[in-house]
Amino acid sequence: MKSYLTDGVTVRSWLLTRDHKRIAWLYLTAATFFFFVGGTAALLFRLELLTPHADFFGADNYNKLFTIHGIIMVFFFLIPSIPGVFGNFLIPLMIGAEDVAYPRINLLSWYLYIGGGLLAMAAILLGGVDTGWTFYTPLSSIYLNTYVTLAICGIFINGFSSILTGLNFVTTIHRLRAPGLYWHRLPLFIWSMYATSVIMILGTPVIAITLLLVVAERALHLGIFDPRLGGDPLLFQHLFWAYSHPAVYIMILPSMGVVNEIIACFARKRIFGYSFVAYSSLFIAILGFLVWGHHMFVSGMSMYAGMVFSLLSYLVAVPSAIKVFNWTATLYRGRITLSTPMLYALGFIGLFTMGGLTGIMLAALPVDVHVHDTYFVIAHFHYIMVGGAVMGYLGALHFWWPKMTGRMYPDNWGRLAAAILFFGFNLTFFPQFILGYLGMPRRYHAYPPELQVWNVLSTAGASILGVGYLLPFAYLLWSLRWGARAGPNPWGATGLEWRKTSSPPPTANFEESPVVTEEAYAYE
Amino acid sequence: MNERARGNSILGMWIFIATEIVFFGVLLLSYAIYRWAYPYGFAEASGHTQLLKGTLNTAVLLTSSLTMALAVREASTGRPGKAQSVWLLATAALGAAFLVIKGFEYRAEFAEHLVPGPGFVYPGPLRGQVEIFFKLYFTLTGIHAIHLTIGCLLVLWCARAARAPIEGVGLYWHFVDLVWIFLYPLIYLVKRCG
Repeated sequence: MKSYLTDGVTVRSWLLTRDHKRIAWLYLTAATFFFFVGGTAALLFRLELLTPHADFFGADNYNKLFTIHGIIMVFFFLIPSIPGVFGNFLIPLMIGAEDVAYPRINLLSWYLYIGGGLLAMAAILLGGVDTGWTFYTPLSSIYLNTYVTLAICGIFINGFSSILTGLNFVTTIHRLRAPGLYWHRLPLFIWSMYATSVIMILGTPVIAITLLLVVAERALHLGIFDPRLGGDPLLFQHLFWAYSHPAVYIMILPSMGVVNEIIACFARKRIFGYSFVAYSSLFIAILGFLVWGHHMFVSGMSMYAGMVFSLLSYLVAVPSAIKVFNWTATLYRGRITLSTPMLYALGFIGLFTMGGLTGIMLAALPVDVHVHDTYFVIAHFHYIMVGGAVMGYLGALHFWWPKMTGRMYPDNWGRLAAAILFFGFNLTFFPQFILGYLGMPRRYHAYPPELQVWNVLSTAGASILGVGYLLPFAYLLWSLRWGARAGPNPWGATGLEWRKTSSPPPTANFEESPVVTEEAYAYE
Repeated sequence: MNERARGNSILGMWIFIATEIVFFGVLLLSYAIYRWAYPYGFAEASGHTQLLKGTLNTAVLLTSSLTMALAVREASTGRPGKAQSVWLLATAALGAAFLVIKGFEYRAEFAEHLVPGPGFVYPGPLRGQVEIFFKLYFTLTGIHAIHLTIGCLLVLWCARAARAPIEGVGLYWHFVDLVWIFLYPLIYLVKRCG
């Protein structure tokens, strides 16, 4: 049978495809582009921070650079990356379906993503935005004269892509599972994509309407956050974080799902405590909606609200720790192979734990008041978003690459890149914990000279990190042509996508509709 | 439309409605916060809304939900005939009537300088609070009107295409109607009920 890659070779057959596997490639291409745009911006401002004074960029351009980095990485890479690429590619394959529930809406989601991304890119190329990715009012609505409206329109449109993707996934998971594939037999990646989709569906409309109100304030003077007329800017912050904190879990939950699949495969064991891991994803999704206030401890919110938000934020540690403990227990007495995907998964566990533990420190009111808006916070969330989410994304890319392309990449290069990334990441971000603790505030292009040594270390790490990201880009492209044939199941993994179909799969996914008789992790 | 696609479309629409509830929920939350902060301004502002047109519109929209429900019932018989198209067209016509009445209402408010922005004129100490009320009023009713316009187009599509997911569109229509049921007292009755 023809594989989905050779079934139609024209550009049109790709751009108008309804095949979830091809749409995954569309997402992969776009997400890679946005990742390198956001990454370049980060490298540039790390370069500026090499010395205490302004060298290459003034304050204005520095502000634009970190805003580009934030907007592109959060809205156009982290949020759509794993759902768009691996959610699309894997959900129908893992549940034994031919496609997602709404293939046409799926394609529409990609176009909305690209449309939003192009608007954001236009805002950058025309002159940039300098609000930071948070768009706080009244700075964004009254005082700044940059391309805020255009960037917000891009994010608004991209939001609909997110909502429709979530809607598609939830419907697909509910209605299209193969016979015999009960909820408790599902791969844990499906559970985490389900939890992610719920957040996309219930969280994204909040940011959509909130940003729309900022645009209305700029364009039509219809400001309901305008303090000159009795409006409340704090309301904007509440609404913004009511989405943007759950959005953190949109970024991390898919990676957690990926880690389950990789660890079970390379430890050759069932995931320890399957249902705890599955329900902890949903628990994280629900709790995620109740903790946004911890971004606003110093914004003038009521002290009692702060205490409640602090307590609820501590609670997030419970389901997160359940996952980490269960992964560790899965590794215990497993037959472990240290292939490339496994290195990323292990890296994820370590770095995520680090990010999570510093998160508990930040959830503590008195500590947060001390380090709020410093590099401590930057380091914390980069351990979650880069150390966690991006490591998971790269792990997924290396794990399912043979399935997506039918080719193997050179494993030694893969392991080298994973090691470089782990080292580069820690060198970049660990010094930032110290910088933050010493009091260096975020979002400044200049700093006191005594902080230079930590900044030099961090910039050095960023350049190593850059090399680490270019390496997979190079050898994965190389493998498309010269890589060895993978065969249907190169890792000896369980799961419908490995056992019941070829690599790459045919357009209709399975030659005959699979019937499921066992749980997802039947390794023993 | 086969049974499976029908089930998919209904589940999909419920999920979409969940999204929409949050979408409007944010605006209603903003309304609640400001009304709690500025009770007198909101009461006074509400007195300047067009009660008659608003009440008429409520009746129009409720009737349209009835015709929509009748259309869906016709569709569920399995052999949709002319009656279904008639009910659908009636629904779209009532939706359009709502939008026209709303347009006259906006025009009256424009003439009274109640549109927020540089042209807003209001005497007395509560000017800022009244303006916030009207900002919320125009945002809420404007976004509701956009939803209703989309609803009219969907209903017309159902009247033309035999394979359209009429039950899903029906759910959407009732949702848009329900939003108005919440808006009506929040806009028109703040002062009038004491």
